[in-house]
Amino acid sequence: MLNKDLHLVDDLSKAEKAATRDGFGKGLLELGEKNKDVVGLCADLKESVRMNWFAEKYPERYIAVGVAEQNLAGVAAGLAFAGKIPFASSFSVFSPGRNWDQLRVSICYSKANVKLCSSHAGLTVGEDGATHQALEDIAITRVLPNLVVIVPSDALETKKATIAIAKYQGPVYMRFSREKTLVYTTEQTPFEIGKALVLKEGNDATVIACGIMVAEVLKAAEVLEKEGISVEVINNHTIKPIDVETIINSVKKTKAVVTAEEHQKTGGLRGAVLELLAEYDVMAVSGYVAVEDKFGESGTSVELLEKYGLTAADIVEEVKKVVKKK
Amino acid sequence: MQKKAAKKEMIKEASSEISIKKLELTANKIRQDIIKMLFAANSGHTAGPLGMVEIFTALYFKILKHDPKNPKLEDRDRLILSNGHICPVQYACMANSGYFPEKELLTLRKINTRLQGHPNRLDLPGLENSSGPLAQGSSIAAGIALAAKMDRKDYTVFCLMSDGEHQEGQIWEALMFAGNKKLNNFIGIIDRNNIQIDGYVEDIMSIEPLRQKLEAFNCNVYEMNGNDMKEVVVTLENVLKNRNKTTRPSIIIAKTVPGKGISFMENKYEWHGRPPKKEEAEAALKELQAEREIIINKR
Repeated sequence: MLNKDLHLVDDLSKAEKAATRDGFGKGLLELGEKNKDVVGLCADLKESVRMNWFAEKYPERYIAVGVAEQNLAGVAAGLAFAGKIPFASSFSVFSPGRNWDQLRVSICYSKANVKLCSSHAGLTVGEDGATHQALEDIAITRVLPNLVVIVPSDALETKKATIAIAKYQGPVYMRFSREKTLVYTTEQTPFEIGKALVLKEGNDATVIACGIMVAEVLKAAEVLEKEGISVEVINNHTIKPIDVETIINSVKKTKAVVTAEEHQKTGGLRGAVLELLAEYDVMAVSGYVAVEDKFGESGTSVELLEKYGLTAADIVEEVKKVVKKK
Repeated sequence: MQKKAAKKEMIKEASSEISIKKLELTANKIRQDIIKMLFAANSGHTAGPLGMVEIFTALYFKILKHDPKNPKLEDRDRLILSNGHICPVQYACMANSGYFPEKELLTLRKINTRLQGHPNRLDLPGLENSSGPLAQGSSIAAGIALAAKMDRKDYTVFCLMSDGEHQEGQIWEALMFAGNKKLNNFIGIIDRNNIQIDGYVEDIMSIEPLRQKLEAFNCNVYEMNGNDMKEVVVTLENVLKNRNKTTRPSIIIAKTVPGKGISFMENKYEWHGRPPKKEEAEAALKELQAEREIIINKR
C-alpha cells in the first residue's frame, strides 16, 4: 500500500511521463517571477538543460558564459557574493566534472549561495555515449563540505526541489536527467530538503533509491508484493544531508537494504547509506542496483538500462537475493 | 618619446591628499610586518608579497572606496586576490588600515588563526573571496563586476593576479567573459615578477606576448613599474579616470621585483615559497629600517 499522506499516483500504469529537466526549467521559470535575485547562467546548453524558458522571459537575468565550465562556477560565485541567487547549469559530466576545484573552493569553501544544477545525468543520456553519461557526480560532490546534494526523482519533484533550493541559503548541487520518466508524484506530494519519503511501508526489505530509479523501485515493489515479499520503499532525494532517522528506523525494522541509483556502485547513494548504517551499528544484509564500475556506451536509454542492470526486474532479483541472505 | 614625456608630466602633476612619502613609509612598515609574520609562521611565501607592497598599500590607503570598520559597506570597491598565496601583504595592509589588530598578524598560518595560509573569506571580515588554487579569483571578480552592472552600481572590482597563473586556462575564460560582457568596472592587476615555484616564468612556460594576448581578449592594457609608489598611484588613478570612457575591462601589467626591498631576496625565485630564518629576518629588518630613514630624510 502506498503511503496515503504523500498523495502519489495510485496506478503507475496510468502515470504520465516527463523529463526531470523539464521540471527544472519550469521551476526556474516560476522562480524568475517570484524572486528578482534569481539569475541563470549556462555553459552553452540552455535548451538542453531547459534554461531557455527562463532566458526567454528574463533575458536581463540570463548570462551565457559559453563553453567554459570553470568560469561558469566562478562567475556564479561572484554573483552570489554580490547578493544574487545564481543557478548555474550544464551537463553533469562537465559540471561538476570539469569544475570540481572551482566548486570546492570558490563555492563550497566560500559558502557561495550557488545552485549548480546539472542535467543529462546517468546512462539515460543514451546515444551520446560514455563521455556524456555522468555516473560519478554524486560521489565527487557528496564528499564536499557545505554542499547539499539533491537527486530528485520525477519532473514534479524536480520543480519543487528547484524552488526549495532557491530559498535555502548555501551551495547546492542538483542532478537531473534528459529522458522522460514516470511522474509518480502529484502537486500535493511534499518535498523538503533532507527529508526522505517513505513511499510504501514494508517489512522484508528496505529499498532506498534516488532519481529516476525511484519509479523503477515502485514497479518492482508491486511485483514483489505479489510474490509475497513486502518492501519498504524510500525516496532518498537528498543525498546530503542524508535523512538519518528515516533510513535507520526502516533498516532496523527490515534488517535488509537494497539501494538503487543511476550511478557507479561506489561513492554514490549506496556508499552514503552503507556509511550511515555502519556509523549507527545497524546490522543488515545488503545489495545494490547500480553500475558495476564500468563506463557506459551508446544506445537508447531503455537498452542501456537493461544492459547495465538498472530496471525494475533487476531490483526484483536483487531484493529476492538479499532477502534470502537474512 | 612623447609618450614617455607625457607620462613623466602626469606623474609630476599627481596631486594626492595623502602624500607619496607617507604611502612609502606605510609600505616600509608593511614590508617589516611581512618579514615578522613569515618568520613567526616559519612557513609561507616571501618574494611575492614583498614585490606587491606598493600596489596593495596604494589600494588600501589611497585608492579603494572602503571602510575597515564596516567591511560590508554596501557600495565598497571589491579587492579580489586571485593568487591567494601572497596574502601576507593583504593581511598586513588590512591590519594597518584597521580591519583587525596588528598583533594578530603574528598568528599567520597558526592553528585557530583567522589568517589562513591561503585566505578564507569566512574567517576574516574584509576578505571578499577565498583563494589558493590559481585563477579562481578572476572568474569571481568577473561575476561581481557583472552583478554591479546588473544592479547599476558604480563600484570597481580590482582583481589581483600573478603572472604565473596566466598559465591556467581559467584566467583566459574569465578575461574572455569580462571583455564580452563589457565589464569596464573590472580592473585587473598582474604581478609581472617573472617567478614561479619551479623557476622563472619565461623559462618554465612563457606567457609572452602578454600585452598582445590581453588586447586580443578585448582588454585595455596599461603597464607600470609596480614598485614605484608614485607611478602606481598615478596609473591606478588614471585607469579609474578612464574607466567610464571605455566598455572594456582594464588590465595593468605591473612589473615588480620579487623580494623587493631586501637585497638578498630580490629577483630570486628560491624565495617564492620559503620564509626567512632568524638571521635572515634580522638582516631583512635591518635593511628595511635603513630604507625607512632614507624615506624620512628625503625631500
